Amino acid sequence: MKAKNNNYIIWITILISLMLTIMPLPILLDSFRPNWALLVLAYWCLALPNRINVLSAWFVGLIVDVLLGSVLGVNAFACAIVIYVTGNNFQKIRNFSIWQQSLIVCLLTAFYHLIVFWLQRFVFEVDFSLSYMKPVLTTTLLWWIVFLLLRKTRRHFRVL
Amino acid sequence: MLIALVLSSVFIYCDHKLASFEIARGYLQSMVSPLQYLANTPLKFLDFASENLVSRKQLMAENQKYQQQELLFKEKLLQLDILEQENERLRALLSSPVQAEHKKMVAEILAVDSDPYSHQILINLGTKEGIYEGQPVIDENGVVGQILHVGANSSRVLLLTDISHSIPLRIHRNGVRVIAKGTGSQTTMEINYLPHSSDIKEGDLLVTSGLGGTFPEGYPVARVTNIAENTDRAFARVKITPEVQLDRLRYLLVIWPDAVVKQ
Repeated sequence: MKAKNNNYIIWITILISLMLTIMPLPILLDSFRPNWALLVLAYWCLALPNRINVLSAWFVGLIVDVLLGSVLGVNAFACAIVIYVTGNNFQKIRNFSIWQQSLIVCLLTAFYHLIVFWLQRFVFEVDFSLSYMKPVLTTTLLWWIVFLLLRKTRRHFRVL
Repeated sequence: MLIALVLSSVFIYCDHKLASFEIARGYLQSMVSPLQYLANTPLKFLDFASENLVSRKQLMAENQKYQQQELLFKEKLLQLDILEQENERLRALLSSPVQAEHKKMVAEILAVDSDPYSHQILINLGTKEGIYEGQPVIDENGVVGQILHVGANSSRVLLLTDISHSIPLRIHRNGVRVIAKGTGSQTTMEINYLPHSSDIKEGDLLVTSGLGGTFPEGYPVARVTNIAENTDRAFARVKITPEVQLDRLRYLLVIWPDAVVKQ
């Protein structure tokens, strides 16, 4: 196992997050669907900024676009910007406690969904409704679970 | 960073404005479809389980219901045959073309989530089955929407209620032609540019007019629910509700309006 950095684990977790993104949910919970892809990307970006960079985040965002059938590039754009911000401040964010981190994640997700909304507004005429911001809530609440789970995964598989 | 942003801006522009991007989109759609089928499996499994675990009593009751329905349908079919013949003869007398039956195919919805900003669903047919962009999709209650993107073995349907979707209709009662636009709400659409003097009432059924060439004529689409009489506005504001329950779709029919079935 030594000298092997188990890169594929990162991509497997991203793949799982993409599947969770399109997994059917009951209508009641549907608008609260957390932004799984962003959570996983943010974790890897904080843990291993040399592995997940803006371009890979952009690529994941593009897949999300195709999966959701939105205008191609909208989610890619938002993903790239958010991961750019995360990657530039990873040393600061890493030293925060997990609760402070979830606050940061809350801000980042809100930023993400605002970018998506803004781009959509650019293309179609959509009006802002607070329900577009519902994922921010669940994403924030789920950060600590995802964080601990992925940290365990990373240590177990020794992803470097 | 800059590359990513510029690239996605270019993509957004191309995808929105240029039709030629559709091919690339088709390939991408085919690439991700395994993921979509995979995400669909848990629900499929649950469906399978619930369908297999019904009691004998339930099955018998259902069977009886179907038998009764079949009887009714058969009786109607008898009449339909006669009516069809009569219609054909009358049309021949008037030397107007006989309406033909179109080729259809049953599609199943893949239960995967879509963009919250638009109303779309994914179905399990693609280019392999000969699906093409702009094809009409209906179910047993009426028109559902049209095909938006096509992949190799899955494709996206744009629903009637999407904000970017419009459909040419006519009022079934008197043949007045209107255009209905989606509003982004699953239960309402609206009619634009209808003069105040038009003969339209609450409860009127709207069917496809066949104009525009996308949807074949005569399929029910929506019912008028609300007419706001406000003469300050240039046009009447008419709210209509789709006949199809767009949140409860399961099986759909995809139509080939150009392919005629020989009887």
